[in-house]
Amino acid sequence: MSLLDVDGLRVRLQTPDGAATVVDGIDYRVEPGEVFGIAGESGSGKTMSVLALMGLLPQAAAVEGRAVFDGQDLLRLPPSKLRRICGRELAMVFQDPMTSLHPMLSIGTQLTDHVRLHLGLGRRAAAELAVEALREVRIPDPESTLKAFPHQFSGGMRQRIAIAVALACRPKLLVADEPTTALDVTVQAGIIRLLDRLRNESGLTIVLITHDLGVLSSIADRVAVFYAGRVVETGRRPDILGHPRHPYTRGLLDALPHPEAAATPLIAIQGAPPTPRHVPPGCAFHPRCAYARPSCAEAIPPLVPVNGRALACPVDPLRTGAPS
Amino acid sequence: MSGLELTDVVVEYERRGLPPVRAVAGASLDVQRGAIVGLVGESGCGKSTLARAAVGMVAPHSGTIRFEGQEVKPLTRGARPHDQVRLQMVFQNPFSSLNPRRRVGEQIGDALAVLGLASRSQRATRIAQLLGQVGLPEAAARGYPHQFSGGQRQRIAIARALAASPSVIVLDEPLASLDASAQAQIANLLVELARELELGLLLISHDLAIVRHVADTVAVMYLGRIAETAPARELWAKPLHPYSEALIGAVPHADGSGTMPEALPGEVPDPSRPPPGCRFHPRCSYAFDRCRSDEPALIGLAPARSAACWLQRPGAPLEAPSIQSASRLARPGAAQ
Amino acid sequence: MTTTVVEEPQRPRARWSWFPPALLQPLALVGASLAIFWLLVAVFAPLVAPYDPLEQAFTPLASPSADHLFGTDELGRDVFSRVIYGARISLPLGLLLVVLALTIGGILGGLAGYFRGVADGAVMRTADLVFAFPAIILAMVVTAALGRGLTNAVLALVIVAWPSYARVVRSLVLSVAESEYVWATRLLGSSARRALVREVLPNVVGPVLVLATLDVGNAILLLSGLSFLGLGAQPPAPEWGSMVATGTQYFQFWWIGTFPGLAIFTAVLAFNFIGDSLRDVFDPRTARESRERM
Repeated sequence: MSLLDVDGLRVRLQTPDGAATVVDGIDYRVEPGEVFGIAGESGSGKTMSVLALMGLLPQAAAVEGRAVFDGQDLLRLPPSKLRRICGRELAMVFQDPMTSLHPMLSIGTQLTDHVRLHLGLGRRAAAELAVEALREVRIPDPESTLKAFPHQFSGGMRQRIAIAVALACRPKLLVADEPTTALDVTVQAGIIRLLDRLRNESGLTIVLITHDLGVLSSIADRVAVFYAGRVVETGRRPDILGHPRHPYTRGLLDALPHPEAAATPLIAIQGAPPTPRHVPPGCAFHPRCAYARPSCAEAIPPLVPVNGRALACPVDPLRTGAPS
Repeated sequence: MSGLELTDVVVEYERRGLPPVRAVAGASLDVQRGAIVGLVGESGCGKSTLARAAVGMVAPHSGTIRFEGQEVKPLTRGARPHDQVRLQMVFQNPFSSLNPRRRVGEQIGDALAVLGLASRSQRATRIAQLLGQVGLPEAAARGYPHQFSGGQRQRIAIARALAASPSVIVLDEPLASLDASAQAQIANLLVELARELELGLLLISHDLAIVRHVADTVAVMYLGRIAETAPARELWAKPLHPYSEALIGAVPHADGSGTMPEALPGEVPDPSRPPPGCRFHPRCSYAFDRCRSDEPALIGLAPARSAACWLQRPGAPLEAPSIQSASRLARPGAAQ
Repeated sequence: MTTTVVEEPQRPRARWSWFPPALLQPLALVGASLAIFWLLVAVFAPLVAPYDPLEQAFTPLASPSADHLFGTDELGRDVFSRVIYGARISLPLGLLLVVLALTIGGILGGLAGYFRGVADGAVMRTADLVFAFPAIILAMVVTAALGRGLTNAVLALVIVAWPSYARVVRSLVLSVAESEYVWATRLLGSSARRALVREVLPNVVGPVLVLATLDVGNAILLLSGLSFLGLGAQPPAPEWGSMVATGTQYFQFWWIGTFPGLAIFTAVLAFNFIGDSLRDVFDPRTARESRERM
């Protein structure tokens, strides 16, 4: 029984230039205890889709579809019930560690407020839990950290603290939106290892959203690739990142610098991703695709299961490279 | 010698009531025409400050900066000396490095007008030529910056720098604000331009993978000092400084293998209070006594290779494990 | 040759089409119409006014009638004609005042912000000195020192008004001067003067223009105020402020003070509306630019 089951999720926003569909029919399933990676560039709808789950979209957004978390459809819950779930069962960590913690409250206050709100603990119990939470993310000297303020910490430490806050109530699912993008590479490695350890030790399920395929490759169990608000490919990480079958996934991987090909130019995908208001007809990727056929512009390709993964490309030009 | 030479540059920032902070604490670098030098390091290492000092935006406290044999004078309110105009800079943020209220063509044409490189009638042609060199159509000259994407704006910024017929360009994180497709395109453009126009490029970046791909030589910077310089391929195959090794090991690989990157313990110290001895020693797994008391200088060890590490000098304990262990760097299927 | 990959611009063509839509808002149109109305009145005063504003030929203190739309004042002059001719004083002088204050304040503030150091200190301390006094009081003092009259009143008000412009221009210049595109142009060999004129100025003009337009209303008000106090326009000049002053003395003859007062009110309102709309023209642009960062 999957922990999160997203079905036909569609999000439409009002922009000054008219309505824009930023998430256009997304389906995916997250199993308990796994790290589910969502890969995509900026504008692919990856962040919007999770904001929709948590009810964090602007008022003027229209949301369709279902998102069943632990038996409940998050999109149909009244705000009061959704508030009880978010933070308690379902928690989120954001990209920018400099702005995701309240600058004027001590770390201790931020942790204990959160914990007391959701778990109804007394002050001393909350403080003990807070220290535990900080210890789990390997913050040195958790007791004095409680009295300190966010500006006294580096980006990497702040992100650890943000993770501690998110996990303080022992949620079932942690959504991490570009948690390491703003961090240096060595600090990023530390956070990746931290998330892996938390997943192993406490059975935490993680949805990890990032444009960095290297990060997903290190820690994700399964991956979904987003393009222009749709899922184009999804499956097990060794399959998707090791033997990509969708031309876009292939293009993304090929664009990364390769040690073997150091002397040759980087292979960039021609053009740029479409903005939500200018999505091409049919397959959103076809104008940039080297294998496009006239039929690609006719209908939006459905996400079809094939050989253990799901693929939205009827042409499937790379099938010969993949294991059968 | 033509090119940019930085020797023992120190850049300090004043702080009220406190001793000044050394953002750059003695760094030396060389960028010759036609060579692409990558300068990598993490936040707080001083690479941006070094870039700004190199072109004269910030005055160094000590050390020398020479361009084409002449000392680079910091920019004052007067005009920059024309012989130094051949040292140009491209900034990180393509949104703020172009004037939002002036047309693109005018901004590119500034150098032509100021330096007298083209008469009024020839200017339009030259601007079109420059736009073509960076892969943009002639019509772009009439547009305003906000009409272009990040990648295109960065091309415009490069064209603007090229208008001054530079021999060396310093690029401060030119790819950081761009998405993946644009990064690859601009990286390719830079390599092409360097080859075609025999430009020297000092490419500052925190993205090791791109730098490895694009640069001929790489310098690794930590807490205000250069830890190691080496030709790009050799640095990755065989780093001589423990920090370089850690940095390389921390880069995740997108091969689907599930291998986790190596984490580096500890945090970057406060630049105003660097550790005694070698700045990296508190986080170094190979540190021994000398590392704690003496700061190693950057010494040439082989043609084009230098490192600031006691392990590379005589007197290092024989038991210190060699950093040249290929096993740490091997990835399944990766070439050595 | 070089890379042939050209990305298509992701935005539709320039929003900066010649007539910014913000200027078509109702408020802007009302303001613009009123301002144009008064400007036309000022220009065509001899044609529009039925009588000579200085002619004391009529029955004094006559209430508004078909012959005298706004009645007559205590000396038998036609109030309607005087109000019309008043536009020839208040509007041009108000505009002149703003232009002078903007130029002087702008240059001083620009130099202070760009060159810093001693220039900055000198200019800003002088400005502080001026700011320490309430505008009208200082204007009164200066006019009293120079002698009454419209020219001196304008001079006094310029002295009072330039510091606001200096302060605004200085802070704009300070922030723009550190922009990367200004560094870029300096690196290309531009002199400080060229950088100031070509890079900094275009970015400073917008907000200053907004301030100036709003200030025209203020200027008209201050000028009228000084005239009201007897320090500006001297009799028999048909200046709105002095007419209001006369009106307070002849309170029961309400038309003497009310119509000039309405004239001041509508003129000031017009420029306030225009100024507010100009602010909208410049603001959404920056809001649009920040949307580019997806």
